[in-house]
Amino acid sequence: MDNTDAQLLETIADLHGIPEGSFNIRKNGTLLARNSTADIEIVPKKDKDGIDIIVKAGVKNKSVHIPVLLTVGDFKDTVYNDFYIGADADVTIIAGCGIHNDACGDAEHDGIHTFYLEKNAKVRYVEKHYASGKGEGKKVFDPVTKIFLKENACFTMESTQLGGVTYTNRKTYATLGKKAQLIVKEKILTDNDERAVTDFKVFLKGKHSRADIVSRSVARGRSVQKFGSDLIGKNECFGHVECDGILLDKARIVSTPKIDAVSPEASLVHEAAVGKIAGEQLLKLMSLGLTEQEAEDAVIKGFLN
Amino acid sequence: MLELKNISYSVKDEAAGRRQDILKNVSLTFGDASINVITGPNGSGKSTLIKLIMGFEKPTAGKVLFNGEDVTELGVTERARKGFTIAFQQPVRFKGITVKSLLELASGRKMNTDDMCECLSAVGLCARNYIDRAVDGTLSGGELKRIELAMAVAKGGELFLLDEPEAGIDLWSFEDLVKIFDRLRDKTVIIVSHQQRILETADKIFLFDQDKIVSAGRGEDMFSLLTRRPSLCWRDLREN
Repeated sequence: MDNTDAQLLETIADLHGIPEGSFNIRKNGTLLARNSTADIEIVPKKDKDGIDIIVKAGVKNKSVHIPVLLTVGDFKDTVYNDFYIGADADVTIIAGCGIHNDACGDAEHDGIHTFYLEKNAKVRYVEKHYASGKGEGKKVFDPVTKIFLKENACFTMESTQLGGVTYTNRKTYATLGKKAQLIVKEKILTDNDERAVTDFKVFLKGKHSRADIVSRSVARGRSVQKFGSDLIGKNECFGHVECDGILLDKARIVSTPKIDAVSPEASLVHEAAVGKIAGEQLLKLMSLGLTEQEAEDAVIKGFLN
Repeated sequence: MLELKNISYSVKDEAAGRRQDILKNVSLTFGDASINVITGPNGSGKSTLIKLIMGFEKPTAGKVLFNGEDVTELGVTERARKGFTIAFQQPVRFKGITVKSLLELASGRKMNTDDMCECLSAVGLCARNYIDRAVDGTLSGGELKRIELAMAVAKGGELFLLDEPEAGIDLWSFEDLVKIFDRLRDKTVIIVSHQQRILETADKIFLFDQDKIVSAGRGEDMFSLLTRRPSLCWRDLREN
């Protein structure tokens, strides 16, 4: 592991070196380090690139790190990871991918992640994407996340795109059983000519299932972001989608929320607000002694906090 | 000491196609170590005066002098750094910014729990319950108002502009508010208020009506004048 690897690991997974417990670190399409434990087993797939992560029933307060590093250009890495979370387990999964591309060719990582949560299982899934490098090659992420929640399971997804990503197209699908809960907190920062497309499709199938999706985005430069969500309420359920965007410079944000109450018992809400930073927010912070630029930075930092 | 010299402020009335005066030739002096309360009917230009002092708006005519220095052309940031501190009438909400971050931005330094406790307990809030909360719609109007005042306490300064500090604060907590003014007795404090308990604390009261000062005087004298004739509307008071 060199300095670039260490920096990327720290940025995307708050890791200072090799973690304890179960982990799988992948670099440029090959395995860098892996540790499998009795509670959280990591098994490489035989038919394609990827791993199965198996969390035993009842395992609590454990975490697993599965970061991916990409430090070369002209490389497309697609990986299929399946997560099987046993009943009553409660774990944190820290994924994330860092690309450092100094080359002319494109570097792309597509993580296809599927989560199966058994009854009463609970997962906090933290995923950070970050890219750096001076090369002209694009830095691309096209992740697909599929989530299947059985009765009373709870999945919290915290996904953050920190910057430097030339193009991303994120797709998230979820199917919720009885009393299952999905919480999504998405944060995206784009600049220059970057593009970010993000789509959610959530089926609220089970009675008393709940979904809460909050997306906060900041678009600078000439970057463009597109947010789409599709909530389908097939039972007595509650769904809420919120998309807040801050626009700077000549950036553009398109938000298309769709809610479909198939069941008359479904209660679905969407909220969307896109615009510049409110003048009164800047004035308040300037009245504390900040310059206009410092005030703007403070608002954005807090917003993406 | 803050001096306003012949301050006028007008805006263009699009409907009527002419300029409308908000403030007309106002000259006032606010001394060091004094609590000054500005009162008067809605729309008489009180909040505009506060905005002009803080630099949110520039006067159409006249000068603002702070300790003898002409600050009329200075921006908000520069005035804040010279010791101008404002608490807004309507506190601003910030998605994601915590009470802790705002207090640190206000004070310009890292704060530990004891520091924050001092600022927040001054406004009747327990730091433990608030420092990690976002200053957004999850806080009530009264809580936001208290945090707004805590920020002014955290920032410190020489000139305090408090625009209706009592708005949204329950009557039971008025003594907390009055204690804050007591802490600021050695500063120049300008408060816009209609509240009797606040008028009582004033060294000097200024009565505004229709774009200008109609009456000013020692706190006690003005207070008894205002309370002796509660049935009179402001305009009648001026005529008397």
